[in-house]
Amino acid sequence: MSAVTTPARQASGGVNVKIINRIVIYGLLALFALFYLMPLFVMLVTSFKTMDEIQNGNMLAPPRVPTFDPWVKAWGETCVGLTCAGIKGYFWNSIKMVVPAVLISTMLGALNGYVLTKWRFRGATLVFGLMLFACFIPFQSVLLPMATILGSLGRFGVTLQNSVGTSFGLGNPTVNLVFVHVVYGIGFTTLFFRNYYEAFPTELVKAAQVDGASFFQIFRRIMLPNSMPIFVVTVIYQFTNIWNDFLFASAYAGTGDAMPMTVALNNVVNTSTGVVEYNVNMAAAMIAALPTLLIYVLAGRYFVRGLMAGAVKG
Amino acid sequence: MSTVATSQIKLTPERHRASVRSRLQDALPKIVLAPSFAITIVFVYGFILWTIYLSFTNSKTFPSYVITGSRAYQRLWGWTFDTDPPSSWYTSITNMGIFGFLYIAICLALGLFLAILLDQKIRGEGVLRPIYLYPMALSFIVTGVAWKWFLDPGLGLEQTLHQWGWTSFHFDWIKNKDFVIYTVVIAGVWQASGFIMAMFLAGLRGIDGEIMKAAQIDGATTFQLYRRIVIPLLRPIFLSAFIVLAHLAIKSYDLVVALTSGGPGGSAWLPSNFMYEYTFKRNEMAVGSASAVIMLMTIVAIIVPYLYSELREKPR
Repeated sequence: MSAVTTPARQASGGVNVKIINRIVIYGLLALFALFYLMPLFVMLVTSFKTMDEIQNGNMLAPPRVPTFDPWVKAWGETCVGLTCAGIKGYFWNSIKMVVPAVLISTMLGALNGYVLTKWRFRGATLVFGLMLFACFIPFQSVLLPMATILGSLGRFGVTLQNSVGTSFGLGNPTVNLVFVHVVYGIGFTTLFFRNYYEAFPTELVKAAQVDGASFFQIFRRIMLPNSMPIFVVTVIYQFTNIWNDFLFASAYAGTGDAMPMTVALNNVVNTSTGVVEYNVNMAAAMIAALPTLLIYVLAGRYFVRGLMAGAVKG
Repeated sequence: MSTVATSQIKLTPERHRASVRSRLQDALPKIVLAPSFAITIVFVYGFILWTIYLSFTNSKTFPSYVITGSRAYQRLWGWTFDTDPPSSWYTSITNMGIFGFLYIAICLALGLFLAILLDQKIRGEGVLRPIYLYPMALSFIVTGVAWKWFLDPGLGLEQTLHQWGWTSFHFDWIKNKDFVIYTVVIAGVWQASGFIMAMFLAGLRGIDGEIMKAAQIDGATTFQLYRRIVIPLLRPIFLSAFIVLAHLAIKSYDLVVALTSGGPGGSAWLPSNFMYEYTFKRNEMAVGSASAVIMLMTIVAIIVPYLYSELREKPR
């Protein structure tokens, strides 16, 4: 039955071959499950061990006396660069960046998808193609101009601050990152909604038009109530991507108090002063992983669907 | 579908009254789409042109806007043949070749293999699938912490096996400048292969069971069945998976940073790391931009024909 074992004829093989085949298949599957689980397992057990146990024990052994101290220290005390106040501030930085970025890019994607499928115009495919290609570009090719623009906006923000009293968020690294993630995220969100609305019956839209419903009325009353599944997919996809981003984060908020979680974690791990506290590092990594891991556990199905939509388009 | 949608707009009675209001109504969809499109044009395509422009200047720490010719490209070209000692650029593109090839090949092979195994009416598939796939949900900055530890000769696998009695075991790739890129491959495959598995599994589930049955009745062995019938049917999935993996490979950046911090003497660099280091740390902005342009062109060569055929095939 399997492709791995020798192609034994079923007739001559009989029951024994079948059983051996099953054992081989399950064995291989279990082996690979261990391969995929191993890093997470090592992280988890190590984060509950004392340094003493780490230095003298086996990395795969469960903690003898589980301790929460590494988690407490990672959250509130560990050093990120020169400040030693834990990673909690950076965790909130990431939240403050992710939530608006996800909401804005998702809403824009929904509107774009609606226009591109239900209000098609000449050149709609070209417009979509151009937005779609933006999903694939290596961000290195826009990194520097964006840094220049954000720098200028920041200086303008300081001028405003001095003259008007408020910078309107210009120059704030979190605002910058929200902007960057919206700009480079709408390609994906548009793709998701466009593919979803493509299959949505146009007759309904047509009927509503005949009844005199406006562009936004149709969107609000007909499209939105039927878009729950794709909203879930898009939000999960965007949340994961933006939370996990490292390139933009390190380029535009790589130092200072506004660092997102990923950059802070990288700093914690690579701080080379004194003894390396592996347990604290692992706990910090676990904390950084928790939001996306939680989403994955709760709604993994939708996450996979999102990835697939990004891969197999139409 | 496009013709349907446009004709229905024209049918609406408001169209005949060419008042400002109704004209505005007609233009509304385009007005709604315009900001996103404008953002894309400016911040993607405009910025790409800007980067290309910078690559032809002699920008160092700060951008300079005086065109000075293709010096940056000439330097990259020269470095391509600087093999003794290898230039950072030579290392980066060689690593890209090794990493790209192995990463794509192993992910495809492993993904297909696991998908076929999982497709054998496995009990517990619902448990195994998410286990194979979860790495894709985590940042490599996170899991890199664990991988780094696991691959460290003094702490991880080597140490563990020594404790278990296999004292001659030696595994220090992560500290070895000639082998460090292979640790990046291991970690990269770990992260993406589960997702490729999911793609193949979806493909396998989409194959008509009748074809399989007919082949079995004709006396095809399981191996022949997969070799001759199933795998050829999965061709579109191979293409999609290749596209996904190729662009992930070229974009890989945090993988190298988190796992190796660049490796001994920058020996684990990929072009993405080269670009970042030269632009932001070594104050060679023009060279950094030129390397970014080369990365982009590689992506264009892979993605544009694919997107073109995808959007062409089904004119809706």
